[in-house]
Amino acid sequence: MFELVFFSLLNGLVFGMLLFMLSSGLTLIFGMMGVLNFAHAGFYMLGAYFAFTLTGYLGFWPALVLAPPLVGVVGALVERHGLRRVHRFGHVAELIFTFGVAVLIEEIVQAVWGRVAKSYEVPALLDFPLFTLFETSFPAFKAFMLLISVGIFVFLFFVLTRTRAGLIIQAALTHPSMVGMLGHNVPRVFMAVFGLGSALAGLAGVIAGPVLGTFPGMAQVLGSIVFVVVVIGGLGSLTGAFVASLLIGILQTFAVALNYSLTDLAAAVGIGLSARSAFADLWTVTVAQVAPILPYLLLILVLIIRPMGLFGTRET
Amino acid sequence: MSLAAAPTARRTAAGARHYGLWLATAVVLAGLPQVFASPIAIAVMNKMGIAIIFALSYNMMLGQGGMLSFGHAVYFGLGGFIAMHALNRLAGGPWALPVPLLPLVGGLAGLGFGALFGSFSTNRAGTVFAMISLGIVELVASSSLILKGFFGGEEGISGNRTKALVLWGIRFASDVQVYYLIAFWAVAAAGLMYAFSRTPIGRMANAVRDNPERAEFVGYSQRTVRFVSFCAGGFFAGIAGGLFAVNYEILTEEAVGLARSGNVLVMTYIGGIGYFAGPIIGAVVFTFLESMLSDYTPIWLLYLGILFLATVLFVPTGFAGVLMMHEPARRAGRLHRLALPYLGAGLVALVLAVGLVGLLEMVHFWSAAAVGRTRMRLFWTTVDVTSLVPWLVFAGLAVGGALALRRLAPRAAAAWNEATYGREGAAS
Repeated sequence: MFELVFFSLLNGLVFGMLLFMLSSGLTLIFGMMGVLNFAHAGFYMLGAYFAFTLTGYLGFWPALVLAPPLVGVVGALVERHGLRRVHRFGHVAELIFTFGVAVLIEEIVQAVWGRVAKSYEVPALLDFPLFTLFETSFPAFKAFMLLISVGIFVFLFFVLTRTRAGLIIQAALTHPSMVGMLGHNVPRVFMAVFGLGSALAGLAGVIAGPVLGTFPGMAQVLGSIVFVVVVIGGLGSLTGAFVASLLIGILQTFAVALNYSLTDLAAAVGIGLSARSAFADLWTVTVAQVAPILPYLLLILVLIIRPMGLFGTRET
Repeated sequence: MSLAAAPTARRTAAGARHYGLWLATAVVLAGLPQVFASPIAIAVMNKMGIAIIFALSYNMMLGQGGMLSFGHAVYFGLGGFIAMHALNRLAGGPWALPVPLLPLVGGLAGLGFGALFGSFSTNRAGTVFAMISLGIVELVASSSLILKGFFGGEEGISGNRTKALVLWGIRFASDVQVYYLIAFWAVAAAGLMYAFSRTPIGRMANAVRDNPERAEFVGYSQRTVRFVSFCAGGFFAGIAGGLFAVNYEILTEEAVGLARSGNVLVMTYIGGIGYFAGPIIGAVVFTFLESMLSDYTPIWLLYLGILFLATVLFVPTGFAGVLMMHEPARRAGRLHRLALPYLGAGLVALVLAVGLVGLLEMVHFWSAAAVGRTRMRLFWTTVDVTSLVPWLVFAGLAVGGALALRRLAPRAAAAWNEATYGREGAAS
């Protein structure tokens, strides 16, 4: 039991910190421009594919350095030449636009890299078990992922609270027009934040690609979860995104590990449920099978009960 | 007396023209299978009919109610699943239903689920509504793999429409018979949806979309108005789903998924969300491209994505909006003046498209072709992707086309201005 709890917690932490790398950029972009970027997970996927290709030519470490800025440039271009154009048509038009970008990225990836998964693998240097506890071992690459994402967290925290650029970003989050009056180029701040957020998503893709797989559906798999995270955490709130990332990450890894169903629960309290009823599916599913649904249930509940999320201060 | 009679007569004339349009549509639809009689054409038209109902129902929410949903396929798919279960479970029993009524079962199911999910998701409009719709579609799509009894797991559920109750000797054994069923339901559903948009509540949906606060001051609850539109949208989506079940006789979890929800957004948007006929145009164009392009290129979805994004960026009013934009010029009898500027811009746009398509196809070939194969067929010629020449040619076409379009597009716009407002209007 301790083994299960320990490793679920550790894996949940790795997954949660990865989610934070995506959700931090998404929530910053939302806070600033009021647009939920549907294409955010697409940039994560681009990061993984760019890194896969660059790894083939230069090796993993240069790819780790080069791929995220490349994705950031793509993101900045999308903001500059697309999002800014549809901005005047309102938030719904922006949402539709980013949805279109998400579709386009997925199709481009399929056209350029093909439909089958790519064998983007863990670099040899990190391909060993870091430690073994009881019978389960913890791969060194996951520790590396954790290291990178914690590093990014510290970096973001430092930039946003201790630097002048961070100060302007924070001010633009709440009072964009006032920041503009003070002589800052707000559209350029938007573009920079969009690019930075995309680059962070790209970096997440670079380090998650070898573990979660590099395939055309990878954006969709994670994209909806990241949405759940930012909504639960509270749109525009970085603290909320951090807490919700860890919450969802740990919740999902724990749920996957639990093999209990409602029948077991009923049996524990002395009720026998027939497995032959028409709704038998409802109480024979195990917690592990329900795991993919849990985040969405949580999302709907939060949106109904507390639309501003856990740490949000305003509704959309 | 003559003062009162004149407007009445005019209104009757307008009404007659109005009904004439619906009647003409029905006649054309009845004649289509005689003109396009091949099985493929019938299959494509059946698909179009279902898509038209689905897209129109989506536009009741997006275009008329201002609600952007990412989960409209939920009502389509659940309607289809319930219709299929009704077909399978009730056949032969005392409650057996004839095939023509199955879409109604789907519609009622769509209405029920619309009322269920709409009860909490219509509280808010805008981004929150969109997010809840995304949560609902992911919820339903992921539970479809768990609730195997209802959704049939990965292989889905199938049925046999000829086992249903036979009315008037029509067994729906051929696709043409199904075509007439779909055409009937498409006209009926479109008529009902049009009528809905003319009712006070349909008008209030527009008001709530444009300015919820003022609608509240008039005395309407914005939530109730949205809820009614939402339920109506769910009902008609369910009818489309029921027709899907009848037409294909198989339903998989894909019918309730995010991809199908995205497709209906794309087709409605490229058709034009601001006009009643927009989704119809969009559904026809989308289905046509889907059926035809996939024969020519494996990356047809990419082209559809580009078309969608180009619509969002450059023509947010869609096809219907572009058509309606030329109505004043047509009425003024100046449409012919547009021919030359449009032809020029159209030609260079074509050059740009050829260049882009060539580049994309070569990139795709580069990654997808078997090792050692370097020659591919492209635009009725054969090119070698390892040589630099075709890359330069297509890049040149794309860049040249784009540059020329930048010069010619403003001229076309100026010509449109002049044709619409006349010389004086354009000058001011």
